[in-house]
Order: sequence, then C-alpha cells, then structure tokens
Amino acid sequence: MWSEADISALVITAKLAVSSTLILLLVGTPLAWWMARTRVRYKFLIEALIALPLVLPPTVLGFYLLLALGPRGPFGQLAAMLGGSSFAFTFTGLVIGSVFYSMPFVIQPLQNAFSSIGTRPLEVAATLRASPRDRFFSVVVPLARNGFVTAAVLGFAHTVGEFGVVLMIGGNIPGETQVLSIAIYDHVESLQYVHAHWMAGGLLLLSFVLLASVYAFNKRFGVLAA
Amino acid sequence: MSIEARFRVERADFRLEVDLRLSETGITAVLGPSGSGKTTLLRAIAGLEYHVDSFLRIGDTIWQDDNRFLAAHNRPVGFVFQEASLFAHLSVEGNILYGYRRVPDEERKVSVDDVVQLLGLQDMLQRDPLSLSGGERQRVAIARALAVSPRLLLMDEPLASLDVKRRKQILPYLESLHAELEIPVIYVTHLSDEAAQIADDIVLLEAGQVKGFGPVSEMFARLDLSMAHREEAGAVIDAVVEAHDDEYQLTLLSFAGGRMAIGRQALTAGSAVRLRVAARDVSLTLEHQTGTSILNIFPATVDEIKPDGDVRVTVKLSLGGTSLLARITRKSSVILGLKPGKRVYAQVKSVALLQ
Repeated sequence: MWSEADISALVITAKLAVSSTLILLLVGTPLAWWMARTRVRYKFLIEALIALPLVLPPTVLGFYLLLALGPRGPFGQLAAMLGGSSFAFTFTGLVIGSVFYSMPFVIQPLQNAFSSIGTRPLEVAATLRASPRDRFFSVVVPLARNGFVTAAVLGFAHTVGEFGVVLMIGGNIPGETQVLSIAIYDHVESLQYVHAHWMAGGLLLLSFVLLASVYAFNKRFGVLAA
Repeated sequence: MSIEARFRVERADFRLEVDLRLSETGITAVLGPSGSGKTTLLRAIAGLEYHVDSFLRIGDTIWQDDNRFLAAHNRPVGFVFQEASLFAHLSVEGNILYGYRRVPDEERKVSVDDVVQLLGLQDMLQRDPLSLSGGERQRVAIARALAVSPRLLLMDEPLASLDVKRRKQILPYLESLHAELEIPVIYVTHLSDEAAQIADDIVLLEAGQVKGFGPVSEMFARLDLSMAHREEAGAVIDAVVEAHDDEYQLTLLSFAGGRMAIGRQALTAGSAVRLRVAARDVSLTLEHQTGTSILNIFPATVDEIKPDGDVRVTVKLSLGGTSLLARITRKSSVILGLKPGKRVYAQVKSVALLQ
C-alpha cells in the first residue's frame, strides 16, 4: 500500500505537474502563437530548439539544466539575486526543469491548433471591430480549444512521467523533490514490489484515463472545429 | 460627399494602380476577371492590407494617407467575404451579435432585429452555422456585416461560392438592401450580369488598371470596353412601368428616348425596372418596317461602330437619352452604309428583365 513517503511523492508530483502545466500554458501560448504566425526565416531554428527534449536523452538535458540551475549558472545567479543560494535540488528547480522538458508537448498542439485556424476568422473579426487582443480571446482561444486541452493534458502527463531530468536536478530528496517515478524506481531497487505495483499501476491508470479523455474530447469537438 | 481611393500596389507578378472617386450612395460594382486586383482593392479599403503611397477618404474622414493608417478594426466597414466564414464556435445569433456588441451605442444605426428581418433569418438564430446551406450562411454573413452599422459595405464576390439556384435566392436580398439602407456598397464581381443586375456604377478593372468608370447603362454601351465585345454583350436600360395592356397581356415601359412593350410583368405602374437588350437581338433597317412581327422598333442614330472579329461589328446607337448595342455582320454594315450620324431603325427582338 501507500506509505507516507509515497503519498508525499504523489503530492509533490501533482504540485509539480500542475505548476509546470500552468507555466507552460502561460509561456507556451504566446510562443506558439508567434510561431504559428511569423514568417521569419530563422523560425525552424527555434522549432528545432523547442523540439530537442523529444530526442535528447533526459540525462543530457538534466546535466545542462543542473549546470544552469547551479550557483554559477544563469538560474543560480537569479536565485542569488532573489536571496537564495541556487535552484539545484529544490522544488523550484524541478519546475524550471519540467518546463523545458515538457515544452514541445505544449507548444506543438497549440501551434498546430493556431495554424489550422488560418487568417480568415481573424480578418473577419477585425472587420467586425475586434481589436487584436479581443480577436485572440474571442476567436482564437475558443477555436483552438482542442489544442489547449491536448496541450494541457500532454504537458501534465509528460511532467508526471519524467524521470531522468528530475533525477539529475532534483536529487531525490524525500518530501521535497522526490517524485512518483523516482519513488517507484527506489521501491524496485529495494525489491518492494508491492509498493511499486500500487504506484506504477496508479500512474498507468491515470495516464490512460487522461489520454482517453483527450481523445474523447477531440473526437466530440473535432467536427466543430473543422 | 464622396469616397476617394488611391492605391498603388506592386508585387513581382502583379500591379494595381487605381485612383477612384466613388459616389457615397448606391452600389458600385468593381468588375474584372480574376487576378485583376479587385480583391486586393477591397482589402486595402477595409484596412486588411497596408500599401504605401495610398490614400483613402470616406466623406470627410481620412482613413489612410502618408501619415495615417486606420487599423481595420477601427474602420466602420462591413465586409462580406467570398466564403461566408462564419465563426464555428458561435450560433447564427452569436455571429450577428459579435460585431454588433463591439460598436459603441451612439454609432449603432441598425438594430439586430431589422437586419435579421431584412435577410430573413428569424427562424435560424439558434442554429449552428455548420448546419446551414451555403446560401443561408452567406445571408448570415451579410447580416453580420450590416449589424455593425457600417458607413461602407464591402462585398467580395459574395455569391461566387453559390450555385445558380442559391444565387437567385440571395439576389433579391441584395436588392432590398439597396432599397432600404442608405449605405454605399462596393461590390466585387467577375460576372457582368451580376453587376448589371445590382449596381448603379461600375468600375472596370483589368490587370490592375481602371479601364472605365461610370453608370451601369453607360458602361455596358461603351465600345472601347471589353464588355461590349463579349458574345453576350448588350445594353442595360433603366425604365419605368407605365401601364399594362390587358387585352394582349403586355407591360408598357418608358425610358429616356422611347417606350417598349414586354410580356406582362407583375409590376405596378411607376415602379422602376432594369432591362437588358442583348446586342445580337437588335437588328437594323434603314426604313421603318411595317410588315413585321417585331413590336419594339425605335428610330436611332449610329454613334460608333467597332469590329468584332472578321465577320461581325458592334454598333452603338443613340435613342434620345439611351444607348443601345446592335451586333450585325460586317457585310450588312457595308450594305446599309452605316457610319456615325446615320439615322436607322433598331428592331428589338427580345428584352430581359434584370430587376
């Protein structure tokens, strides 16, 4: 069954996934919008950069993030300015790492959704007296609803499932930076298969339910968005 | 009050150069083949495209000059696109209210109810745009554009995506729009029939250049323009219903320069009608024929003659204040000795009612 440490790992994982997803939606929406609309020539470079976590071993990403988050890295210096020592081995560090790691899972569905809307509905809205900001919230957001749902669920689920990055930058401190995936690993290492079963099975079920809801949602509303 | 529009657009494969002064009442059709720059012109007027070196004045408000460019959402225009482009996330009513809600109270001149009534949308307000037919969708798009109380209505081939049957269903709405609203309309089309049917003025645009601009009846009769040399060329005449002949079931029409009889129409005396007389349905004689089945024969003066290929010529005739076109063989023209100023009789075999 679930031990106290397991439950705290669950809570940390949930907190991490929720905060990372929110930050990703906040940062990813304008970025994806820009990528869907811009015609700048170097766009492919930015696309490649954002997609890197898809192909890179998480340990590579984790290694560089660790350096960036450490006292001498840019994030570490930011932490020093804010009165801390460094973001490495902290929950904040985990959030920063997750944001980078799950970025493509949020950007790509949003970018696709924005691109598929095209320019026409925006032009129509402009001739109906809607300012650019108004157009975004009254036309783009509702029409890209599927994209937002997909982006949020994939970002969330992917953050829940990360292992390599959090191991590198989180340090596996129980009650602070120990997340579910690492707790499972620990259980398996120490041959506590019952514990591992409960947690692994729970994650499996959660991921399946999340994905199934996305597909169900997109099936139901996909016709409308077409 | 007028609309002054000067646009100069240069792209690698395309050039548009217009300098227009349009009337601020009625419908102006911008007529031209595809690729002539009609849509670009309309989009520039709406502020959807920015082009340097351009100028746009509506009445006494300048929308664009060297220092100013009013953004599209600040221009009081209504725009109807070729495809209805309704918002899929809103109902029919939501679509119509979208623009209406964004217009300040003091600028609202039309009510949603009026617009809904005018386009016959009462029964479909709660429907999903995707459940509508093409014609219905385009009516909603027109209503949506009108609901912002535009100072200028811009229509980009609003009927082009519809089949002939649906077109015929929408045209009466456009005509009633003309009759009931005092909003100037710029109507882009590549069909001269459509322009003849609804427009007051025509701007003929070819390869980005204005080839001619003037009232519909004048434009269709100009031999220097392409319209007069098409297979289906013909004059457009504005007339008034004078009376009906009950015995023979005819309707008598009067126009500047004469009268004519057509098969009885359900029109009250005094109502205005627009007629189209195809050039190939007009033949010419030197004397007034008596033993003929043709009812409509008019004394006329030859204005101008232009060849149409090797076989035929098109003759522009003046009947008092009205112009008529006749297409005859070059041989006949020589036999009759036609030249400008020559007096002839025009026999009109058939007339089509446009409105």
